[in-house]
Parts: sequence; structure tokens; C-alpha cells
Amino acid sequence: MPSIRQNPNPEALPDFRNLGVTARALIGVNLLALAAILVGEPDWGKALNMFVLTTSLIEPPLLASLALLYVGAPWLMRVPYWAGCALVIALVMAIAASTHSVVGDAAPGNLPRVLVLAALAAAVVLAYLRLHTKAYSPALAEARLQALQARIRPHFLFNSLNAVLSLIRRDPRRAERTLEDLSDLFRALMSDSRDLVRLADEVNLIERYAAIEQLRLGDRLRMSWDLDNAPMDAMMPALVLQPLLENAVYHGVEPGTGTGDVLVRVARRGDRVLVCIENPWLQPGTGTRAGNHMALDNIRERLMLFFDDEARLNARVEGTRYCVDIDIPYRVRA
Amino acid sequence: MSELRVFIADDEAPARARMQELLADIRGELATRVVGESDNGLDVIDRLPGSGAQVLLLDIQMPGMGGIELARHLNALEDAPTVIFVTAHDRHAVEAFELNALDYLMKPVRTERLLAALRKSLAAPERDVRGHAERLERAAGGAREFFSVAERNRIVLVPVGDVLFLKAELKYVTLRTAAGDHLIEEPLVSIEREFGERFVRVHRNCLVARSAIRGFERVAGGSDEEPHWSVVLEGTPERLPVSRRLWPAVKGVLPEARE
Repeated sequence: MPSIRQNPNPEALPDFRNLGVTARALIGVNLLALAAILVGEPDWGKALNMFVLTTSLIEPPLLASLALLYVGAPWLMRVPYWAGCALVIALVMAIAASTHSVVGDAAPGNLPRVLVLAALAAAVVLAYLRLHTKAYSPALAEARLQALQARIRPHFLFNSLNAVLSLIRRDPRRAERTLEDLSDLFRALMSDSRDLVRLADEVNLIERYAAIEQLRLGDRLRMSWDLDNAPMDAMMPALVLQPLLENAVYHGVEPGTGTGDVLVRVARRGDRVLVCIENPWLQPGTGTRAGNHMALDNIRERLMLFFDDEARLNARVEGTRYCVDIDIPYRVRA
Repeated sequence: MSELRVFIADDEAPARARMQELLADIRGELATRVVGESDNGLDVIDRLPGSGAQVLLLDIQMPGMGGIELARHLNALEDAPTVIFVTAHDRHAVEAFELNALDYLMKPVRTERLLAALRKSLAAPERDVRGHAERLERAAGGAREFFSVAERNRIVLVPVGDVLFLKAELKYVTLRTAAGDHLIEEPLVSIEREFGERFVRVHRNCLVARSAIRGFERVAGGSDEEPHWSVVLEGTPERLPVSRRLWPAVKGVLPEARE
């Protein structure tokens, strides 16, 4: 199975405005100093004196560095990770050099030594913070995935149940089928969406979804399916297609007074899977529904979490049609 | 016992069928007759007034025109039916839309709830028309897409986008479109508040559609009037005077307006 990128942003500088980051840097550097002194000085009393002396020399440049990083944090966030690290280390060295020139006489060691120590301290703190971020981010990514999991509109559920109720007396068999479709749909909606599913499963799901919408909307919904070249073994995140089809019906068919044509096309081109969902574009105004692109942003973000930069999602108006295109890598279960 | 005349408005055929079943189920307790069905809001506006309906069971989400706006236009009718909203929204959404101040049923509808709502409509005392209109306005949460004019037993809708200007005269407001005039009974102040940016007030008694403004003309003073600016509109030769007090605000409407 293809790896799922758990960490949404593996290469990011720590947030220097975060109190936790600042505290870790402060404590970390002082512990480093203490460790260095204990290695070189066997006598506890002298070691303590030396530590007090050393911290009085370390603290001014350390606090100055943290203050500057705090100020520069928004700007540093936009710099690539490794360049950012280099900048942070350079900044710390510069501050260490300037404090050394002020208190030069009292400080032990010469300027090159001070610079090396400052650079080492900065590098160790950065490395520690990087490990820390890495350790915690999978949980973060998972929490985000769950928050991003598709949520069906409640009005769809209640309208569907109402439609089933209307069938129970007139057409019990169709009522049964519709309830089975609803069960499958909600089973998928309530399941964990962390795993990739086969395209065949996802297509099956949206066919069931479409059957329910067809019952509710009758002639007003005309579905076309173009799946002849669909790579049914392709793996993709669950519940990517269903919310898109739901949107197509909700925005493109339900508010309209005539018949709405909705097209679903899935095809493979080389090592890519291309999905296209089209619906009528209704002029904003009478009866149309405000969209906030929540669903699209949500799906785009989920595709990013799974495929990183290899996935594309575009939505556009083309004449009287609204089209959503997805372009993801073609991967099969290993 | 006479039957209660009911009109069912819902865009989903199964939902209308279900409502018919429910009405049949409660026939023993309350006799009803369905005098009309419709699947779109504009069609309801057309057909409801002539149907003799006493109660309108109205879905909130409908193509053509949503249920809330529809109900606002029905208020103009002399003998408007009682409106009972029917919605598939959950309770949370109902509260968010401030619909809880109105009569509503949630889908799927239970027979007991339907019966209670219909009985309530029968027993309804003199309706608090103004309060009802205000609740609807709050529930709508936005501006209407049409103005409505009640003509005898008919509702004429005028798309808000067609309106060039509105002018208050005595009790009525004249609403001018390229096609002609209509009289409505709404205070300019509330129209100005509802539509916000769409109209700009040029005079104590006049709101003008921003999009219709083509320019301004300086009118030289005569024996009985002071010199003033007037608005030149697209679609009508009429010039509307701008009051001196409002001119500073009005002239900003067109960026190229000359001083």
C-alpha cells in the first residue's frame, strides 16, 4: 500500500512565538551548559560557581536571540526549513559575537570558540524541536483527517427517510432497496477514512447515493456515467467522490426548476487517474444556494494528506456547466 | 363538517405523496381536501391565490423561490392561507434560521404533529400580521429577490433587479421599472435597510438603484426652486432631484462623477 503522509508539514521551523518552544530553548541551552561544566569540573562546589558565572554570560545573548526570533517569527515561517535553520544559527552566532565584544574580558575563551559554542547550542535546540514536532504530528494529522471526514448534509438524510416512508405502502420492495442503499452509504460515512479504498468501492458507493437522489428528485435528475476507462483497481482516499456528487446535486439540480444533467467520468491516463464531475451552473440568484467551498477545500486538503503534491483538484465554470476535476496518481494495492 | 382546504408545496414528489398519505390517515379526526400541489415556488405564487386553500404546507427549500420568501409575499394577500413550514433541516438549523418563531413541521412528519398544526391553524385567532412579517423577515436572513404587489386576488412579482427607483408618495411607494410602475405598501426605510447597498437614497422620499445611475446633471435654479443636482437614469427619461443634504454621499456612487 502506498505510504500515507502522516505529517502534514514535516519541514517547518518551530513557532518561536510559542511559549513552549521558548521555554524548551531556555532550559535546553542551560542544561547543555551545566552538562559541559560537570564534564570538565569534578568538584561540585566549583562546578556550581562556574555554572552561575557561565549562565550570567549565556543568558544575555540567549534572551536576545529568543526575543529577536520572536519578532522575526512570521517572516521566518515563510523561509524554507533548512535556510531558516541556517538563518537562526547565523543570528545566534551574530548575537553571541556582539555580546562577546561587550563583555569580552570577563568571558573565558576567544571569539571563535564562542561562535562554535553558540552555533552548537542553536543546532542542538533546533534538532530537538524538530524531533519533538515529528513525534507529535501524526496525532495532529489524524485529528485533522477526522475533522475533514466528509459530513453528509442532514437535510439529505431526512429527505431520504421521508422518501422511503412514502414508498413503504406503495412500493415496499423499492423501499427496502432504498434503505439498503442508505445503510451502505452511512456505513461508509461513519467508517474511518484513514485508509485508501479501491475506486470500485467508491464508484459503488456513489451509485447507491445517486439511486437515492433519483428517488427523491425523479425526472429532475438525469445522471450519466462514463466509467468505461475507469481503473477500478486504483486506490484513493474514501469519500472523495460522494461529497462532490452531493454538491453537484445540491447546487446544480435541486435549486433548478428543469432537468439537471449530472455527469460522472472516471478514466485512467498513463499513471494518472482523472475524475470529472459536471453539473448545470445555475446563475446566482433565484433559489440558488450559497456555497462556501468548504467541501472542495476539505477534499483538496484530504487529497494533499494522502498524495501530497501529486494530487490536483480544480473547479471551474465552463459556459452553463460547473466542472470539478481531480487528478491523482494511479496506484494499486501492493 | 366542511373540509379544510390544503395546498401542498414541495419539490420532491415522494414528499408530496407522503403528505397526501398522512392527510388521509388523519381523515377521521380532521377532514381535509388537497386543492393544489406544486413543486416550485414561483408556480405556488401563480396558483395558490385562486385555489381557495386555507392552509399551505410549504417546504422551505424549493426551486424557483424558497419557502420563506414565498411566505413573505403571501402576506400581501387579502385572505392569505395559514402557512405551515415543512423542513428536513434538523432542529439546530431550525433555530439558526429563527424558524422556531413560526409554525413548522420537521420531515419526516408525524401524523400527531400534522394534526396539531392543522388544528392550530383552524383555531388561529386574529393573526398578528405585522409580527408575523417581522419574524419572516428575520428568518429569511437576507433580502428578497422580488417585490410583490397584490392585485385583486393575485400576486404580481417584480424582480428586485428590474427596479430603477422607488419613490414614496403619501401612503404608497411607487416602484419604477423599465416596463412600468407598481404601487407597494412598504416604508422606504425598511426597504433601504433590507437591500442595503443595492439602492442609494438621493432624497428624503426616493431610493435609486445604484446600477441604474448613469450620471448627474446640474439643474439651474428657477423662480420657485434652488439650483440642484439630479440623477440621470438608464431606462427612464425621468430625472430625480438629489437633496443638498445627501449630495456628498450620492456623488460618490459614480467614481467619474464630476464635481
